[in-house]
Amino acid sequence: MNHTTIGDIVRGDREIFPPYLYEAYQSTRRRAPLLPLIEVPLTLSELTGPGPAISAITPEDADLTRNAGTGGEALGQRIVVTGRVLDDQGHPVPNTLLEIWQANAAGRYLHKRDQWPGPLDPNFLGMGRCLTNAEGVYRFLTIRPGAYPWLNHPNAWRPAHIHFSLFGPSMRSRLVTQMYFPDDPLHALDPILNGVPTEPARQRLIAFYDHNVTEPEWALGYHWDIVLAGASATPFEPVKEG
Amino acid sequence: MSKLMLTSSQTVGPFFAPALLRPDAERHILVEPQTAGERIRIEGHVLDGDRLPVPDALVEIWQANAHGRYFHPLDQRSAALGPSFVGFGRSGTENEGFYWFETIKPGAVPFDAERWQAPHVCITVFARGLLNHLVTRLYFADEPTNASDPILLCVPENRRSTLLASRHQERTGVVYRFDIILQGEYETVFFNV
Repeated sequence: MNHTTIGDIVRGDREIFPPYLYEAYQSTRRRAPLLPLIEVPLTLSELTGPGPAISAITPEDADLTRNAGTGGEALGQRIVVTGRVLDDQGHPVPNTLLEIWQANAAGRYLHKRDQWPGPLDPNFLGMGRCLTNAEGVYRFLTIRPGAYPWLNHPNAWRPAHIHFSLFGPSMRSRLVTQMYFPDDPLHALDPILNGVPTEPARQRLIAFYDHNVTEPEWALGYHWDIVLAGASATPFEPVKEG
Repeated sequence: MSKLMLTSSQTVGPFFAPALLRPDAERHILVEPQTAGERIRIEGHVLDGDRLPVPDALVEIWQANAHGRYFHPLDQRSAALGPSFVGFGRSGTENEGFYWFETIKPGAVPFDAERWQAPHVCITVFARGLLNHLVTRLYFADEPTNASDPILLCVPENRRSTLLASRHQERTGVVYRFDIILQGEYETVFFNV
């Protein structure tokens, strides 16, 4: 990863967001746009978004250890993953939908295209969702995912991670990202995490172990806050007749 | 100014379908029988720099209703708003990079106090290999107000056609075709928003 072409086309803050072309991550090579992104003013179309409506109609499903519906419990180290969803001013984002997906404890996804010989767990689907509460707090019960091999480069392994998808209040706040676990030696070797351009922005993707979240005789606790783009940098007031 | 650093983006990866495309999470059909507006189908392919279909992309759309109003608390104008149209769609592309939605043609929405935007659909594209999602817009090729749309006017003239969906009258109804070309010749215009 010391010799990789890094493109200069970035959506959003260049200190935070990855470039589309990051050659160490091979799949970027034929999928990254090569022409500059067009700068445009934000309009009502971007300052609105589906978040409020879709959050109101999507049921909660925050226990991945049991939501396979088999009556059995997923194998692995049981963990609580919790934190707050905030906007860039530090205000909580309440009642917003989070969708997550992850590999099982052995590092295998329940997906037809994941065929490496890690065992499947019949009691684990690896997906869940929940809404933040009025204080912006979300909470999942799951199992710690395993690392898994991929074909990006010889002996490539993804560090353990959980995928997160959030809507927030507007199109601007839409975010799909990954949460990593602390003290994982695979972080330094992972071209997806290292596509994030700066150490502080990478650190923001790594949860921390929180003994206050850990539940006695039950589950280890991890804390991970998520900061979404807000509407603060915009010229718009709520649109009324005028 | 931001007080907190934003959380960065990471690729949706190849394995999102069981979570994001489960039956109650995928949304091809945005309309109900009572939804007001001209019924249209929006469809196309997501293609990579080799013009190969991208079978593991996720395409989301967001649009105003037929009266040009968004189903969102920020849009407090008096244009009609009904519960039968939210304006959000989500499609996978497992079938040869193909995505589709059944929706209505949106109305024009305001740009500022004086100007209007031509009818358009906001599109967000996620895929393995995209470390951040892509943002674009679909405009309707047969819409005369495109010529004065403030956002289209920000786009170099020779690239505007990549944002125009072509209208086709088919037996089943009106279809607008819109291919999303991630890279290379006729690369779709993407926005930094």
